[in-house]
Amino acid sequence: MFVINCPFCGEREQSEFKAGGEAHIIRPKQPTELSDDQWAEYLFMRKNIKGIQFERWVHTHGCRKWFNVVRDTSSDKIKAVYKMGEKPPSE
Amino acid sequence: MSKNLRVKTSKFIDETYKVSFKFNGTTYYGYKGDTLASALLANDIHLVGRSFKYHRPRGIMTAGSEEPNAIVQLHNNTSRTEPNVRATEIEIYEGLEASSQNCWPSVNFDIGGINNFLSPILPAGFYYKTFMWPANFWEKYEYFIRKSAGLGKSPTETDPDIYEHKYIHCDVLIIGAGISGIMAARTAAKNGFKTLLVDEKSYLGGSTIYQNSEQFKINNQISNSWLEKEINEIKKFENLEIKTRTSVAAFHGYNFLLARENLTDHLPLDQRINKTRQRLLKIRAKKVITATGALERPLIFDNNDRPGILLSSAIEKYANLFGVACGEKNVLFTNNDSAYETAISLYQKGINIEAIIDNREEIDSKLIKETEKNNIKIYKGFTVVNTFGYKRINKISIMQLSKDGQKVVGSKISIACDCLGISGGWTPAVHLFTQSGGKLKFRDEDQVFIPDIYPSDQISIGSCNGDFTLDEIISSIPNKLKEFLNIKKTDYENLEIYSSFNKSKRNIWLLPSDKVIGKTKPFVDYQNDATAKDIKLALREGFRSIEHVKRYTTTGMGTDQGKLGNMHALGIISETAGSKMGELGTTTFRPPYTPLTFGTIVGRNVGEFFDIFRKTPVHDWHVKNKAEFENVGQWKRAWYYPKDGENMHEAVQRESKAARDSAGILDASTLGKIDIQGTDASEFLNRVYTNAWSKLAIGKCRYGLMLNEDGMVYDDGVTTRLDENHYIMTTTTGGAATVLGKLEDYLQTEWPELDVYLTSVTDHYATISVCGPSSKKIVSQVIPELDFSDESFPHMSFKNAKIDKIKCRVMRISFTGEHSYEINVQANYGKSVWEKCMEAGKEFNITPYGTETMHLLRAEKGFIIVGQDTDATMTPIDLQMDWIVSKKKYDFIGKRSLYRSDTIKDDRKQLVGLLTENPDEVLEEGAQIVADIKKSPVEMLGHVTSSYYSPNLKKSIALGVVRGGKNMMGQKLIIPMENKQINVTVADPVFLDKENKRLNA
Ligand SMILES: [Zn+2]
Repeated sequence: MFVINCPFCGEREQSEFKAGGEAHIIRPKQPTELSDDQWAEYLFMRKNIKGIQFERWVHTHGCRKWFNVVRDTSSDKIKAVYKMGEKPPSE
Repeated sequence: MSKNLRVKTSKFIDETYKVSFKFNGTTYYGYKGDTLASALLANDIHLVGRSFKYHRPRGIMTAGSEEPNAIVQLHNNTSRTEPNVRATEIEIYEGLEASSQNCWPSVNFDIGGINNFLSPILPAGFYYKTFMWPANFWEKYEYFIRKSAGLGKSPTETDPDIYEHKYIHCDVLIIGAGISGIMAARTAAKNGFKTLLVDEKSYLGGSTIYQNSEQFKINNQISNSWLEKEINEIKKFENLEIKTRTSVAAFHGYNFLLARENLTDHLPLDQRINKTRQRLLKIRAKKVITATGALERPLIFDNNDRPGILLSSAIEKYANLFGVACGEKNVLFTNNDSAYETAISLYQKGINIEAIIDNREEIDSKLIKETEKNNIKIYKGFTVVNTFGYKRINKISIMQLSKDGQKVVGSKISIACDCLGISGGWTPAVHLFTQSGGKLKFRDEDQVFIPDIYPSDQISIGSCNGDFTLDEIISSIPNKLKEFLNIKKTDYENLEIYSSFNKSKRNIWLLPSDKVIGKTKPFVDYQNDATAKDIKLALREGFRSIEHVKRYTTTGMGTDQGKLGNMHALGIISETAGSKMGELGTTTFRPPYTPLTFGTIVGRNVGEFFDIFRKTPVHDWHVKNKAEFENVGQWKRAWYYPKDGENMHEAVQRESKAARDSAGILDASTLGKIDIQGTDASEFLNRVYTNAWSKLAIGKCRYGLMLNEDGMVYDDGVTTRLDENHYIMTTTTGGAATVLGKLEDYLQTEWPELDVYLTSVTDHYATISVCGPSSKKIVSQVIPELDFSDESFPHMSFKNAKIDKIKCRVMRISFTGEHSYEINVQANYGKSVWEKCMEAGKEFNITPYGTETMHLLRAEKGFIIVGQDTDATMTPIDLQMDWIVSKKKYDFIGKRSLYRSDTIKDDRKQLVGLLTENPDEVLEEGAQIVADIKKSPVEMLGHVTSSYYSPNLKKSIALGVVRGGKNMMGQKLIIPMENKQINVTVADPVFLDKENKRLNA
């Protein structure tokens, strides 16, 4: 069970959080203009990386805020956390 | 008459405190401080069980948690019975009753023993090969296999004991209180760390604490007395918590560990009342120091499993710690110096040693010289080739090893004995380290796996790190601790160590024999009866991966997880396959390290605490009025209210009829309620619902359907505009939490620019729904101040009101198709308002109804239930609810998906009504729907989602999803059941009052 450093509350047990899949997938502003394939790209296509992955998490049993996490999926080590709207760390 | 093998007093045993216990029905005596194993050995009992496959007699093999053989059932035929308890771990107490497992009718005469003689036809994979075919014979095979190969019995009554869970947070956790752990604990505590020290045993000090020998000294004191002083020191620290009888079961990522603390298992039964038996500790440690020690390896030779054969270190422990001799004619068999430590201990206690057989030829350590001084015969360069004695070893034969160790030479020598101690060197206990994700490396010089890469803030010290000798341990620890704890110095710099132990070892995984391998039984896994022969067979049959060999031969798959023999299995595989040990890898060690009881795992979460349940504010009234309840998520909802011995069907028919004939009342408090405020609230609703919301007037209600981005129906409910920028949304009972979560997600991540605030108010309000032709008259009496005329209060509108000064919200909305009102009132007034409604409704035969009737009434009207008539593959179009999807809105969640190539197909499953040919025949929910029963294979068109007998329509009605059902109106379909076929006609899903006359009446 991880310890996740919520950017709003600090370190808490993983059981207080829920994972929300890949980060930085932005809902298209004009879905009606998209082809089936383009819409499917947004809707279904997700990366499943062994290694560094950018993910969304929410502090469900805490502040209920969504934020981003950089996690190494092979070691479960969390490299960084940052708020929604902030730029992902570069390295 | 059994013998007494208690040799000399030990300070760990209280000889003034005699304890009686029963083993296999016979009463024996031991002393306080004994384990069941030491007490049995003191009574000269070695034979304690039968092996799993061949039912060979087996004896106590070890003195610790790695025990493969001495597995017993405690307190048979009582609610406290427990299988698979290691006799080497359980401390005896007054009233202890234990019995052997896996034997029938008795451990001394066992029918299954015949398997031993059949063993040539029971090779590795025997069960796989023989019982796989024909498949339908399996039931018969299983009966016999289970009968003859039981691994204990589970209790049939409720566990009477109390268990609990506890969280512990600490700076430093130290696992193992041997000499390394004690040194680490003192150092950590002295430097101010909040420290927790745990050990699975009842005492501190590990094996050093009973190492009472001039051969091992620290600062000129015998090692055990030096350590005793250290233990006394650490007890003084307030920031150091010590937990004995506490075994770490799992070491997870991020230094999260689970440990089981045994609190009462060692107490006499009458002292356990009302005490917590076991506690599951959930430990989060900033740093972990693993000091779990090492396990002695057995040696693998023909018939190495007879009762009376023990690990050499176990014999030493029984002598030194418990004052028990394991035999009167002892022989030790070794490939390293450890057995000589045992020999000296036995000699000091006056226990006879017949001989020592040593694989090594040239040996001359101080320890060996000391042994030789005591006139103990040592056979150098010899190996045991066979053992004799069925229920207890009585003789061994030995032969000389060839120079290369591959075969035996010369003539056989026989030595009579009643106990054989074996030592194959040491295996670091790296189980927890690897569980945590640690990577091992193989050390060629002494053939051991040791920790290499640490995945978290942790270190391994002492013999679990491959530092086996006293001087290695003590000289390596100070620097390791300084670096790990980031401190300047320890109290253990420059200690003077005297250790006679020499590290030389002659490692031969499978010792040679004068017989061919096929004629021998060299056991690698004692508990599962896997021999070296089985492993070689698996390799011959093409298995290469260690994980596959393990499963095929069942090596390491018993309750002991092969703690003793796994290394030998690897060694034999590597030798046979010609691969290097380091490249072969190890099998995965999985939690728990030692078995946990179910009680410990569940803790207090049993009975009514198994899961929380939520009660509505009107719950007590439902109980008083004999409602049957239904679980809806965590809610207890009134299901129906049986009267005068009615069954469910009868009650539901009565309730349904009453609701349409005059008046019904439903507790709808469980519906999810979300308070939505903010200047962008209308825009927000526009985006989350399929229909338009901007033009909804204040004081009006609207039904909304919420989709996922994939276009599938997610939730539904009525939302009311309370004010310009204020709405109250209702959700399904089950969807309350997830809908809130979804809305928050969109607000925070996609549309942060919207000024909208969401608050869950589900628990804040009681919701009472009064429906039926008389509902208006009833609510008018309850809230006389309010104008209920249709002009002022039409269907789908809302008003604020007061009932005796208590504020309430009244909505005229309906889930039944009847004229109906919903009164929302602060939760704690819920019951009194309900009672007021009941009182006012008396003259109108107001009838409380539960969820079952609610489902029936809404089905008559063709209203869907999300999750019953939908299953995350249904779009609003599939539900024939096109009317609710706005064509004008540019976007809403899921809109784009409604015209994907897949969602616009004509042959999707679509919601339809189903009417049976025989109006009395009620369909089964979930039943398949087909058109052509003769076609092979039969094509399933869909299934029945809701089905009832309607007392109002006097016929059976059903909803179902049918492929292309929208265009099948009037078509005949078939519901094939086990013994019959039911003919149905596809119909409009709205069965009653399509014109909404009743709603507006
Ligand atoms: Zn938080």
